[in-house]
Amino acid sequence: MRDVAVIGVGMPKWGELWDKSLRDVFVEAALLALADTKVDKLDNMLIGCMSGGLFVGQEHIGAIMADYLGQRHLAAGRVESACASGGLAFRCAIAEVASGMSDVVLAGGVEKMTDVSGDGATYALAAAADQEYEVFNGATFPGLYALMARAHMEKYGTTRDQLAHVAVKNHHNGTKNPNAQYPFEVTLDQVKNSVMIADPLRILDCSPITDGAAAVIVCPMEMAKDLTEKPLVKVTGLGQATDAIALHSRQDITTIEATTVAAKEAFAMAGKGPKDIDFAEVHDCFTIAEIVVTESLGFFEPGKGGPAVEAGETARGGRIPINLSGGLKSKGHPVGATGIAQIYEIVKQLRGDAGERQIENAKVGLAQNMGGSGASTLVHILEVA
Amino acid sequence: MFPARYAREMPHRYRLEAHKCKQCGKVFVPRREICDKCGATEFEVIRLSDRVKLVTYTIIHTPASQFKDQSPYALGICEFPEGVRLTAQVVDIDFADLKTGMDLQVEFRRIQTDGHEGILSYGYKFVPVI
Repeated sequence: MRDVAVIGVGMPKWGELWDKSLRDVFVEAALLALADTKVDKLDNMLIGCMSGGLFVGQEHIGAIMADYLGQRHLAAGRVESACASGGLAFRCAIAEVASGMSDVVLAGGVEKMTDVSGDGATYALAAAADQEYEVFNGATFPGLYALMARAHMEKYGTTRDQLAHVAVKNHHNGTKNPNAQYPFEVTLDQVKNSVMIADPLRILDCSPITDGAAAVIVCPMEMAKDLTEKPLVKVTGLGQATDAIALHSRQDITTIEATTVAAKEAFAMAGKGPKDIDFAEVHDCFTIAEIVVTESLGFFEPGKGGPAVEAGETARGGRIPINLSGGLKSKGHPVGATGIAQIYEIVKQLRGDAGERQIENAKVGLAQNMGGSGASTLVHILEVA
Repeated sequence: MFPARYAREMPHRYRLEAHKCKQCGKVFVPRREICDKCGATEFEVIRLSDRVKLVTYTIIHTPASQFKDQSPYALGICEFPEGVRLTAQVVDIDFADLKTGMDLQVEFRRIQTDGHEGILSYGYKFVPVI
């Protein structure tokens, strides 16, 4: 297999983009990524999009985006793994390049979620759960994560305050991100007194509904120097795993086993362990998710994720900064785009180009992107080349 | 919901039917073509017990549109003695009385009113043991 470099990244401002269509949102991100390189022609394009069909009635995403990107006839397609669609697009793009099938590949992600009502978005997102055995009986996504939260709280003593600390930290990080949907601070009291959604999760424990896209460009390492003037970033570890789609069918609902399996694979490939990671972007679709995921990745022992966020170990300047971009919580969560936006942040940090968000000594970064209530996970490790 | 899709789900929703692997005895809802424990492909139909234990629960305040008339409601994961776990509403109980580990029983109830036609869907909910 060939070594793969990320040579270009692009991400426009996320939010409720009422004046832009699905194709507008994607093409804007893709053009930013291309402009970050010397590339003008792609060999392949893979797009993560969870549900163009349910959100805007549009499928066949590969063809429409290639055309509007000005690259008609380009080999392009859409991949889907619910909220991990972006991570899957990145993995497929790497496989294209590593295998020698293609040289220059764009991995993108897009979702246009505000063309439907809140009920419409809830309906579309619920398609990532088990429709017949969870959703039929009244489950919602906040509800499924609330079931995990209660189990985690009762098993390990994780507290309501610790959940709120995740939101406070990520919103603080988001204030430094010009592309974030909600770049404002929230306080512990605001989180704990916000509207109840699914006990114990409140509205400020939840990631928002967002329109947005992100794109990155990968190529073989040996071609990278000719195609970009930016510092080179190498993809050193990949992992992917699935689990039972229904939360109730999982072995243990206080951990995300798909994340543990995917992380082990990525760590083994990179020859690294959790202690070698300088910073990470993880899938904080709900506050409890970040706590569980940081444990499942091996950054903390089971049950220690809550105390760690409370003690500031995952804050800027902490032992392992998590979600310097603001995470899904503050940056927004256009589901198909989220996995690619995580790669965008990792690359920016590794290049030393993250502006106000930049941390010192960013050499090894990890991205964890998951679908549904954790039934699929992609993990990627990137390093300064 | 299309009638064929609804009808397919009736055996477990109406009668708590499960599939038991003829080789290793693992029990599944819904049915499977292959056992994920031993790889066998033959199953017998059994009826699940209707006494269960509450594993975890939440109170849903922001439901999907077809559940708005029932909000807020409790939703729980329960474990059957056969090892199967399922998700359903926990009803006829004050939220304050919910406790993980408590015994509940399974009852046949109306679940939701589907779509503009107002078609009623039925299935199982968890209720206190009488």
